[in-house]
Amino acid sequence: MSPFCQSVPAALTNLCQYGPPIIDGALLTVEVAVLSLLLSLGLGLLGASAKLSANLALRSVATTYTTLIRGVPDLVLMMLIYFGGQMAMNSLSDWLYDTFAIEVFFNINEFIAGVVTIGFIFGAYMAETFRGAFLAVDGGQIEAGKAYGMTRWQIFVRIVFPQMVRHAIPGIGNNWLVLLKTTALVSIIGLSDMVRLASEAAKAVHEPFMFFIPVALAYLALTSLSEWGLNKLEHKYSAGVRREAN
Amino acid sequence: MDWLTALLADNSIFNATTLAHYWSGFTTTVQLVFLSLVAGGMLAIPLAVLRVSPNPWISKPVWLFVYLFRGTPLLIQLYLIYYGVTLIEGIQDSLFWPVFQDAFYPCLIAFALNTAAYTTEILRGAIATTSQGEIEAAKAYGMSKGLMMRRIILPSAFRRALPAYANEVILMLHASSIASVVTLVDLTGAARDIYARFYAPFEAFMFVALIYLCITFALIYLFRALETRLLAHLKPLS
Amino acid sequence: MKKLITALTCTLALCGNAQAKDWASVRIAVDMPYEPFEYKAPDGTLTGFEIDLGNAACAEIQAQCEWIIQAWDGIIPGLLARKYDAIMSSMSITPERADKVLFSEPYYNTHSAWFGKKTADLDTSSKTTLAGKRIGVQRGTVQDNYVTQHFADSSDIKRYTTADDLVLDLKGGRLDLVFIDYPVGEQTVANDADYHVVGEMINVGEGIGMAFRKRDTELADKFNAALRKLKNDGTYDRIMKKYFTYSIKM
Repeated sequence: MSPFCQSVPAALTNLCQYGPPIIDGALLTVEVAVLSLLLSLGLGLLGASAKLSANLALRSVATTYTTLIRGVPDLVLMMLIYFGGQMAMNSLSDWLYDTFAIEVFFNINEFIAGVVTIGFIFGAYMAETFRGAFLAVDGGQIEAGKAYGMTRWQIFVRIVFPQMVRHAIPGIGNNWLVLLKTTALVSIIGLSDMVRLASEAAKAVHEPFMFFIPVALAYLALTSLSEWGLNKLEHKYSAGVRREAN
Repeated sequence: MDWLTALLADNSIFNATTLAHYWSGFTTTVQLVFLSLVAGGMLAIPLAVLRVSPNPWISKPVWLFVYLFRGTPLLIQLYLIYYGVTLIEGIQDSLFWPVFQDAFYPCLIAFALNTAAYTTEILRGAIATTSQGEIEAAKAYGMSKGLMMRRIILPSAFRRALPAYANEVILMLHASSIASVVTLVDLTGAARDIYARFYAPFEAFMFVALIYLCITFALIYLFRALETRLLAHLKPLS
Repeated sequence: MKKLITALTCTLALCGNAQAKDWASVRIAVDMPYEPFEYKAPDGTLTGFEIDLGNAACAEIQAQCEWIIQAWDGIIPGLLARKYDAIMSSMSITPERADKVLFSEPYYNTHSAWFGKKTADLDTSSKTTLAGKRIGVQRGTVQDNYVTQHFADSSDIKRYTTADDLVLDLKGGRLDLVFIDYPVGEQTVANDADYHVVGEMINVGEGIGMAFRKRDTELADKFNAALRKLKNDGTYDRIMKKYFTYSIKM
C-alpha cells in the first residue's frame, strides 16, 4: 500500500488504493462515447439521406436498418457483434488460410465491438433525428436555390445543412445523453472501463457503495456537463431565430 | 410442419431443453417488464403531481430523484441495489430477505425506480402543456386544485403523454436485458447460457433478438391502436 | 484514438502475424480473477500459480509472453479468432473442448468441491437433499456441466460470469452452495470461518491443460517440453509450494 494511502482516513483507504485505475477507466468511457458518437453521426446522415431518397432500394435498406436496430436490446446486439464477430472473423481467417495460405489477424476486441455496436445503434436513432431535421427545413428555400441555378450539392452545403443542424441539435443532444449512459454496457463484454474496474474493486473488498457511488457521480457530472454544453450550442445556432416563449 | 420438425430434430441447439430454457427466459422478461412498468407508472403519477407543485420544498426533492435516476446508467443503479442490499446489517435475518435474496426483486426495484423517474418527467411535460383555457374553465367552475388535477389535467395529460410513454415502454423492454448481468435468467440470460454451452453466438443471440423484435412490434402496434383511439381529436382532418 | 487506429491497421496481415512461425512472442489468455491460480495483487500486477508457471515456461522456450485478460465466456472463441495464441486459465480437458482446441499435457489436477455455510451440512450426492437449493457455478465450466447434468431439474442453478461474482453472492446469502475448484474455494470462501467444504469432493475433469489452436502443433510441443522440464527440475514444485500446502501436480 502506498504511504499516501496509509495516511488517508480508514474509511477511504480502499478507494485510495483501487481508485486511480478507475479514473483511467473514466477516460476510456469518454473515448468510447466520443468515437461512437462520431460513427453514429456519420451513419445517421447516411441513413437519413437514404430514407429521404427517391430510390426505393435505398429507402428499404435504411428502413430495415433503423427498424431492426431499434427493435433489439443494446446488450443483445453488443454480444452478437462481439461473440459473433469473433466467430465470423475466425471462419474468415480459416478460409483465407485454407484457400490462400494467408495468416491474418482481425482484431475484434471489446473496445472495437463496443464502439461499433453503440455507433450502429445510435446511427439508427440519429437517422431519425436527421430525417426530421431535414424535413423541417423550409421547402421554399430549396426551390429558391434551384431557381438560382445552384447544383444539388451547393444547395445541400449552403442552404439545407446549416439550417438542418439547428433543428437537429435537440435530438442529437438527447441521443448523446442516452449514448453516454449506454457506454456502461461495454463493461459487460469485458472492457476495462470505469464501471468494470469499480465492479472488480467492489467485489475484491466487498464495498459496493464505496466504488459505485463515485462512478455514478462521474456519470452525473458528464451528463450535466453535456446538458450545459448543449444548451450553449442551441443558443448559438438559434441566433436570429425568434423563439416561442417557453 | 414436417420441415419444421425435421429441422428441429436435426440440430442440437434448438431442442426441447433449450427451447424450454428460452421459454422460461421469455416469461421472466415479460413478468419483469410488465411489473416494473406498472410499479413505476403508479409511482410516477403522484410524483409528477408533486413535481408541478409551486412549493419548492415539494418539487425539489422530486426533481432530485428524477435527476439522479435519469443521469446515471441503469446498470449502476442495478449494481447498487443488488449488491448494496446484502451489506445492510442483519438483512439476511429480517423478514424482507426473501424479497432481496432472489435476483428478480432487486431487478424489479431498480427498473421500477428508473422507469418511475422517466415517466415522471414525461408526465410533467404533458401536464405543463395543458391548455390554459381548460384550467381557466375549471377554475371558473369553482373546482378545487385536487378536483381539477383529477378530472381535467391528468386525463388530458395521459393522452398527450402517450407517444412518449410508448417510447419509454419499448426502452424499458430493451433495458430489461441488463438483468442477465445479475444472474437473472431472462431472455438475454437464456441466450448467454445457450451460447456458453454450445459456443453458438449467432444462433443464440439472433434467436433472442428476433423474439425481442416481435415483442417490440407487438407493443408498437398496441400503442398505435391506443393512440388512434385516444388521440383522435388531435389528428389532422384529412 | 490510438487504440482504434492500431486496431484498424491490425486488420490486415501487418501485425499479429510476425510471431506466427517462430514463436518469439506468445500471447496467453487468462480469465481473472481465479485465486490462487491467477489474480491481481492490489497494485494491479498479475500473480498466481498459473501466471508464475506460465512465465517460467516462457522463459524455458525463450519467448516473450504477454498475458491477455479475457472473460471465460469468450476464451475459446478468442483463441480461434487469433486474439491470442494460447490459453492458460485452469481449463479442464474435456472431449467437447478437445474437438475445438489442441490441449497440452495436463499440468495440474484438483478436485471440485461444494462450499457452503457451516450450519448447512447436506448430502451433496443426493438430488433430494439438494432439491430447491440455490447452487452457484461459473458459466461454461466443467462444474457448470456437472451440476446441470445432475441437478438441473431439481435445484435452482445460478450461473455467474466470474468466480468472484459467485463467491460474493454466496457470502451475501443469495446462494446455499457453490460448486467450484477446491483450491479456489479454499482460498476465497473457506477463508471465512463461517464457510466450509460440504460433502464429498468430486473429480470432474481429466486434468488441466493449456489450449492452442489445432494447427499450432509446434507451439504445443514447445510448451509440453518446457512444462515437462519444469516438473522434473524442481521449478514446478517451488512455484506450487508458494500457493498450496498440498500437491496438485499431474
